[in-house]
Amino acid sequence: MSFPLLTATAALPAIGAVATAAVPAARRTAAKWLALLVSLATLALAATTLIRFDPDGDRYQLTESHAWIAEFGVRYELGVDGIAVALIALTALLIPFIILAGWHDADPLETGDASLSSFAAGRWRPTQGFFALILAVEAMVIISFEATDVFLFYIFFEAMLIPMYFLIGGFGDRAHEHGEKAAATQRSYAAVKFLLYNLVGGLIMLAAVIGLYVVAGNFSLTEIAEARANGTLDMATSTERWLFLGFFFAFAVKAPLWPLHTWLPNAMGEATAPVAVLITAVVDKVGTFAMLRFCLQLFPEASKWATPAILVLALISIIYGALLAVGQRDIKRLVAYASISHFGFIIMGIFAMTSQGQSGATLYMVNHGISTAALMLVAGFLISRRGSRLIADYGGVQKVAPVLAGTFLIGGLATLSLPGLAPFVSEFLVLVGTFANYPVIGIIATFGIVLAALYTLVLYQRTMTGPVKPEVATMPDLRVRELVVVAPLVAVLIFLGVYPKPVTDIVNPAVKQTMSDVQKKDPQPEVEAAK
Amino acid sequence: MSAPAVHSLWTTAADPISKIDAPKIEYGQLSPTLIVLGAAVIGVLIEAVVPRKSRYYTQVFVSAVALAAAFAAVVALAAGGYGTTKAGIVAMGAIAVDGPALFLQGTILLAGLVGLFTFAERRLDPLVHGNRVDSFAAQAASVPGSDSEKAAVKAGFTTTEVFPLLLFAVAGMLIFPAANDLLTLFIALEVLSLPLYLMCALARRKRLMSQEAAVKYFLLGAFASAFTLFGIALLYGYSGSVSYATIAQVVDGSAPDVNPALADTMGNDALLLVGAAMIVMGLLFKVGAVPFHMWTPDVYQGAPTPVTGFMAAATKVAAFGALLRILYVVLPGLRWDWRPVMWGVAIVTMLGGAIVAITQTDIKRLLAYSSIAHAGFILAGVIATTPDGISSVLFYLAAYSFVTIGAFAVVTLVRDAGGEATHLSKWAGLGRRSPLVAAVFAVFLLAFAGIPLTSGFAGKFAVFKAAAEGGAAPLVVVGVISSAIAAFFYIRVIVLMFFSEPRPEGPTVAVPSPLTTTAIGVGVAVTLVLGVAPQYFLDLANQAGVFVR
Repeated sequence: MSFPLLTATAALPAIGAVATAAVPAARRTAAKWLALLVSLATLALAATTLIRFDPDGDRYQLTESHAWIAEFGVRYELGVDGIAVALIALTALLIPFIILAGWHDADPLETGDASLSSFAAGRWRPTQGFFALILAVEAMVIISFEATDVFLFYIFFEAMLIPMYFLIGGFGDRAHEHGEKAAATQRSYAAVKFLLYNLVGGLIMLAAVIGLYVVAGNFSLTEIAEARANGTLDMATSTERWLFLGFFFAFAVKAPLWPLHTWLPNAMGEATAPVAVLITAVVDKVGTFAMLRFCLQLFPEASKWATPAILVLALISIIYGALLAVGQRDIKRLVAYASISHFGFIIMGIFAMTSQGQSGATLYMVNHGISTAALMLVAGFLISRRGSRLIADYGGVQKVAPVLAGTFLIGGLATLSLPGLAPFVSEFLVLVGTFANYPVIGIIATFGIVLAALYTLVLYQRTMTGPVKPEVATMPDLRVRELVVVAPLVAVLIFLGVYPKPVTDIVNPAVKQTMSDVQKKDPQPEVEAAK
Repeated sequence: MSAPAVHSLWTTAADPISKIDAPKIEYGQLSPTLIVLGAAVIGVLIEAVVPRKSRYYTQVFVSAVALAAAFAAVVALAAGGYGTTKAGIVAMGAIAVDGPALFLQGTILLAGLVGLFTFAERRLDPLVHGNRVDSFAAQAASVPGSDSEKAAVKAGFTTTEVFPLLLFAVAGMLIFPAANDLLTLFIALEVLSLPLYLMCALARRKRLMSQEAAVKYFLLGAFASAFTLFGIALLYGYSGSVSYATIAQVVDGSAPDVNPALADTMGNDALLLVGAAMIVMGLLFKVGAVPFHMWTPDVYQGAPTPVTGFMAAATKVAAFGALLRILYVVLPGLRWDWRPVMWGVAIVTMLGGAIVAITQTDIKRLLAYSSIAHAGFILAGVIATTPDGISSVLFYLAAYSFVTIGAFAVVTLVRDAGGEATHLSKWAGLGRRSPLVAAVFAVFLLAFAGIPLTSGFAGKFAVFKAAAEGGAAPLVVVGVISSAIAAFFYIRVIVLMFFSEPRPEGPTVAVPSPLTTTAIGVGVAVTLVLGVAPQYFLDLANQAGVFVR
């Protein structure tokens, strides 16, 4: 038996999480370094996966299959296609930066509560917990990208909520306009809202998962998809639609799609910047990824049936998210609404049912991850300096901290999809792909770009330009650690902006496969995606 | 009366002594129950003859050995094929020894053993007059607050009778799901209930509340028993027998011979429907299904917490076992009548338990309502009426009982000056003070909520799958909705423990003896093992999923 590369990629951060949590209370720095090393080693494994993956080979590669719960027809089945391998690489790439950016986020506060510190000082280990939870989320996200068994996917899709919940609720942003007490209340509210939204979505999906088992008799994605394709597994139209809706609901909450999006601004606003990146750039991608992998493959007819409605919802997400982003006073909530707008683009690309649209959407998942990470992490550095999330509290930062302002600008420009930066390519593909099938929706969606320019540039203008506010006058520029976080992300943004071929090469065959699953042909003339 | 007649009366009275067949008792197959009952009797004798000082140790030793030996007997029987190929009816038709019976008996015995550990815990309360004390009243007979109570406390009395009571209750629970005629069912019901009523009244602290709980439990339980008994009488009138198999034959219309004495009433469907409804009602009372759940919160709250944990776990296992046997063995011919009713009961139980739990402020009441919601989930599996339905219910019961005992064992640890601090507000910030205890409790709560990788998820999935395959898809939908509602209050406790600031005067976490630690450790281990690798136990439940008739 060959080396189980996929299991190793997911297991390494899981083991790392346990090890990090076990580091003694006094050795905080050791825990941080351990977590960073584990995440780098995971990145190495993910890179190996990427190299070993042959874009022109079988659909699912590096497959592993073991018996697990025979009673439920569940197998431990892993396999990656081009889309999964790209997203695993994205996840593994972002986690070290998230860890580095959050280096000091979980250092214990000096509390004045003597009774507490004397009693609990020896046992309360927030730092170890913070980094262990990040690694646990990484492990679960990676394995849900790898799972080709619906049940296995479901388990980790749900289970990842728990560490995420503790990350949001336990380690929130301490900056709040109404003081720390308000921050704690808000944080707890955001964490519960996050969990409940996603749990409800997941439980509805559970009903659909059980329904799928009753209809299909097993959980293997490949077997069911094959049986669907060659007609041996016939689903009644209404059954297929109900099951599709059950799955889609969970993914739409996670993605998030309007009107199920309201947890995201709370969660991203109250979490620390690195955790916000973890939510939007990594965890939410599981939702859009699962639409591609599960909704389209398992329920092709229902997907086509639901397309118009989903496209309209995606369009609303794009415009509504952008409009609300324009109106935000809080930097992090602004980025959250911008993300909702971008997820609208991704979902629109997936359901446009053209190969440009879908490869654009996949590319968008990767690019959005990197660009949001860049913007949000720099915003986090900015917020930690001033202790406020309000846009109005800043002004003229570019004169005091030019490097910070510069990287913030690049992150912002990437968010508004400036040509030359990575998201442009993907957004363009999505719009072209949508236009080919649904011209009206494509045209309206274009306004989302205009609005993106508005909210990003206004944000930059208000915080970075103008007269220097007295509170920011002594603001230090980016430190070495922060530069190490931001510089590579910016480099990747520029590289993929001018040369997206490495990603599209890996993604395109998988997209072609998905398209053939739904038996959709591109409208003539076929345009090869961004070659 | 003439002389010869008297003579013949005398001779016929004297002669048949040799003609009465001695009842054939299969001691081997009954050994688990007999061991526990025997130990319970020995326990009573210990109270009479062993000096007070050494009673506690003797009782704990005898009880633990008996429960372990009975469990070993169950395992031996199961290994000997008595659950599958050699399953059969023993003790003149009174007891069934088959897969479900052995599986449930094993679960009850393990739950009883783990429960025993929490009963025997004596390190949580501070020393009283230099004596170690457990959760039970010094002397049950002394009036709360009276001088005699003070004297009993000062003398260092302890109610070591709880151990034989526990054994009697366990013995009743062992018979309950195995009973194969209605009278045995009723006797088992009483044997398991009476010790529970008593134990509920024995709390060391908050004695009035405890006694109130016991009275409520006893009164409502007596009502339920009376209903059951009435139902048994009606079913006897309907079928002319109390034997499960005979009743089932009459229901099916395949009875071989008709009892002439009952020819008038036999086959009267009104008797059947009313009788069956009353028996099922009595059982639904025991499992705590809405609308027969009213006693649950008060009793769970008032009873000593170790008793609550044991009762919540083992009673539910036994009662669901009996319910399954009644519905699957006696009344399968009636399923078109009982299924719609049970649908309704399952739906209101799931939703009712979950919704009312949201407003609770006491951790024990919260767990009580959560147990009601779980009864609803299990009912969804019961309704499936497929072999998968049986095995999923068996698995769920095993998974649920260990989570429950573990959770209540954690509740016993969190204490302030007034004993256990069960008000939720006192649990604020527990995660800061005692991360390990809070984390363990969080594991149990997540299992209750059915989060993947815990036993709660595997169990929930199993029953929902069985229900969906049995054609009860709407129940699955209601089930997931109630799960979502239930998740809210489980999460609320986690929020409270981890994200709230600890109160300065908040409770402390007592350091337990190895007994409670073992109970909690077993709970966590079973929760995680059944969550990650449930296959072996699902197989076991699957093999055990056939009732003998």
